[in-house]
Amino acid sequence: MSRTVLRYGDRAVLVELGAPAEVLPIRDWLVRQGNPAVLTVTPAARTLLVEFDPALLSEAGLRELLDAAADAPATGATAGEPVRLPVRYDGADLDAVAEAAGLSRDAVVALHSGADYTVQFCGFSPGFGYLTGLPERLRLPRLASPRASVPAGSVAIAGEFTGVYPRPSPGGWRLLGTTDAPLFTLDADPPARLAPGTRVRFVPR
Amino acid sequence: MIEVIATGPLATVQDLGRPGHQHLGVGRSGAADQAAHRLANRLVGNPESAATVEITYGGLAVRLLAPATVAFTGARCAGVPGWGMALSLPAGSRLALAAPADRLRSYLAVRGGVAVAPVLGSRATDVLSGLGPAVLGAGDRLPVGTVVAGDPAGEPAPDVGPAGRPVRVVPGPRADWFRSPATLYDRPWIVQPASNRIGIRLAGRPLERSRAGELSTEPTLPGAIQVPPDGQPIVLFRDAPVTGGYPVIGVVAAADLDLLGQLRPGEPLRFVRTGS
Repeated sequence: MSRTVLRYGDRAVLVELGAPAEVLPIRDWLVRQGNPAVLTVTPAARTLLVEFDPALLSEAGLRELLDAAADAPATGATAGEPVRLPVRYDGADLDAVAEAAGLSRDAVVALHSGADYTVQFCGFSPGFGYLTGLPERLRLPRLASPRASVPAGSVAIAGEFTGVYPRPSPGGWRLLGTTDAPLFTLDADPPARLAPGTRVRFVPR
Repeated sequence: MIEVIATGPLATVQDLGRPGHQHLGVGRSGAADQAAHRLANRLVGNPESAATVEITYGGLAVRLLAPATVAFTGARCAGVPGWGMALSLPAGSRLALAAPADRLRSYLAVRGGVAVAPVLGSRATDVLSGLGPAVLGAGDRLPVGTVVAGDPAGEPAPDVGPAGRPVRVVPGPRADWFRSPATLYDRPWIVQPASNRIGIRLAGRPLERSRAGELSTEPTLPGAIQVPPDGQPIVLFRDAPVTGGYPVIGVVAAADLDLLGQLRPGEPLRFVRTGS
């Protein structure tokens, strides 16, 4: 497993991993350890940020812990039944995506709704999950010029990811459709429906 | 209750923020100058985690609708009967802050704490995500809580300002993306007017990249110095997004984050390397 540990200020390290699939198993292992010196473990595309309390754990000690994490068997990171999100495939970019991918509209919908996805990480705004598993044919760059406003519930793609805008915001992802499913609810636990490790299916309606 | 009569450029409710939700895309937020926030709370006998009002460049005016013990800390503003000390005031008292002579942010603590409803464990206003109470406006009424940690302080507390001290930075994690990362530390940067609780924007001699291409999205922390393609750094601050795509040339030492909360547009900011 390829792994580099980089300093990130005086209270965190950035763990750089060889592939996206290596990120969540290590995060899961670290969270399950419940080490009081490990304050937060935040995943992203190929990296993991680990905040630690230097009064309880030295940076050398943290590196040892990360070594153990890398050697631990990967379990549990993506357990459970998939969340099924109903989608109206009526997005403003559906035709342009079909053209860029050399596919029909229906084929785009079939590809996007036929794949199994996993939430790799959240970012951009509360509850915005970056989902891996997007079929190769649908991997297109972001829009050259982002929209000033993307409606809440927009199901979209960019690069290797797909995701859903939990609330209206500016955005540069290509819009395929819309879901009415609530994605960020303050009194739910966790408040984000698409938390890291969650499996997701999109269901055309 | 405390009635807000005027807010100045920006006034928000703040506490120590909402850590522990970054993996759900929720930033930590919290007081820009946490030392000043904590001091204000100690002066009135609150736990340091109680919510205060963060005032940006003075201008706040409030009326006490009931007797209260309050304290002001941070950037010192004229217009109140005392600074850095507990003030026991009768109902009807009106407090109106002028603009501070130096620094940027001041804190108003009230004994019992500002008791607006918490969101994900915090009363902090996150101006980026909109979580927490709304930005304060004239006519708002702030409830006062009852949780205290001890008696109000009997004496004023010194509230030492940052006085232009260089900000310590741990180099990396992406310093190797720049042709000459030492440029960050060579000369002062100038704080730009677009700076806010989300990021401190700086201008100076551009930091040139040594490689092309893009980084995949990475987790970030307040204090991370991101460099967009134009080479002008942005120091991510309390309400910054939890992930970002620009390379981070260095990260401000945790103990120096408060200094960033007191920088005004147009002021110089000098970075110095630290190993720990």
